[in-house]
Amino acid sequence: MEIPYTVQPRPDTGVTNSKVGIWLFLASEIMLFGGLFSAYVFLRLGAPEWPGSMAGHDYTSASEILSVPLAALNTVILIASSMTIVMAWASLMLKNFSRYKMYMGITIALSFGFLLVKGFEYASKFEHGLFPSESTFLGIYFVLTGIHAVHVIGGIVVNSYFLGPGSKMWKTNPQQFTNRIEIAGLYWHFVDIVWIFLFPTIYLL
Amino acid sequence: MSESHAVEDALQHSEERFAEQGAEHSAEEVRKHVRTYLFIFGTLLVLTVVTVAVSYLHLSIVPALIVALLIAFFKGGLVARHFMHLVGEKPLIFQFLILTVVFVVFMFILFIWALLDQQGVRYGT
Repeated sequence: MEIPYTVQPRPDTGVTNSKVGIWLFLASEIMLFGGLFSAYVFLRLGAPEWPGSMAGHDYTSASEILSVPLAALNTVILIASSMTIVMAWASLMLKNFSRYKMYMGITIALSFGFLLVKGFEYASKFEHGLFPSESTFLGIYFVLTGIHAVHVIGGIVVNSYFLGPGSKMWKTNPQQFTNRIEIAGLYWHFVDIVWIFLFPTIYLL
Repeated sequence: MSESHAVEDALQHSEERFAEQGAEHSAEEVRKHVRTYLFIFGTLLVLTVVTVAVSYLHLSIVPALIVALLIAFFKGGLVARHFMHLVGEKPLIFQFLILTVVFVVFMFILFIWALLDQQGVRYGT
């Protein structure tokens, strides 16, 4: 069965069905992260002290526990990956497939870089006995950043497919393939936006 | 070769191929988009530095929260507007987003309401 309106916009909506689909999905993602951010605010405003006492130490700010330089580095990495994925799409618009592959490859490499930095952060916490069960602050920190990291992994899977086996479509239907990269890019930019809000909220406030 | 030169080189090379294949968007139009992307990228990096710098001012929680969220909303807006192509997007997409924002705000109000209730603030009694 062929899905209609994947290349040409549907006349009544003015956009392709795939774009409608991804925006509906992103709407559900906004609700997911909106709920998590609301939970963070609820827990924070309701706490007598924040981040509070954990592993035998009293902390007065999140930056005493979390690494701001590493989180800032991850912010730069994700912003750069947003740039490279949009350049991958622009390369396809310009019919330059080899340039597309380069930018998509860089995007995936940056995504792994983000996870690597996040892995260092998590390992550092675990070494000091700072587990999610230790405090409310750590609980919401691991939930928010963990769910975000799962989204990064999801993006890596999709982008790797479009760099590898999925890229065969470029030869048979270049317009649909270009649309697919735009859709993958929309998801990836959303992951970037979530981090743009997570970074100051958790690490700096 | 610097990144900007690589981009320029790619654009010049692909423009020739583009003309041959008769694509829907003009190469000049895409080139213009790419310039915008580079500018937005630079702006986002600068704003990230500003976000971190402001945190070292050790403002009290309310002004710190306002500044941090203002910068975050501005950065998110730039990504959504330019990288996600919301600028010039069809009304249907905006209808989705407006409805979503309404639900998110409603959910947020419920959380705050629950918090106030937990702290003993009562309304309508």
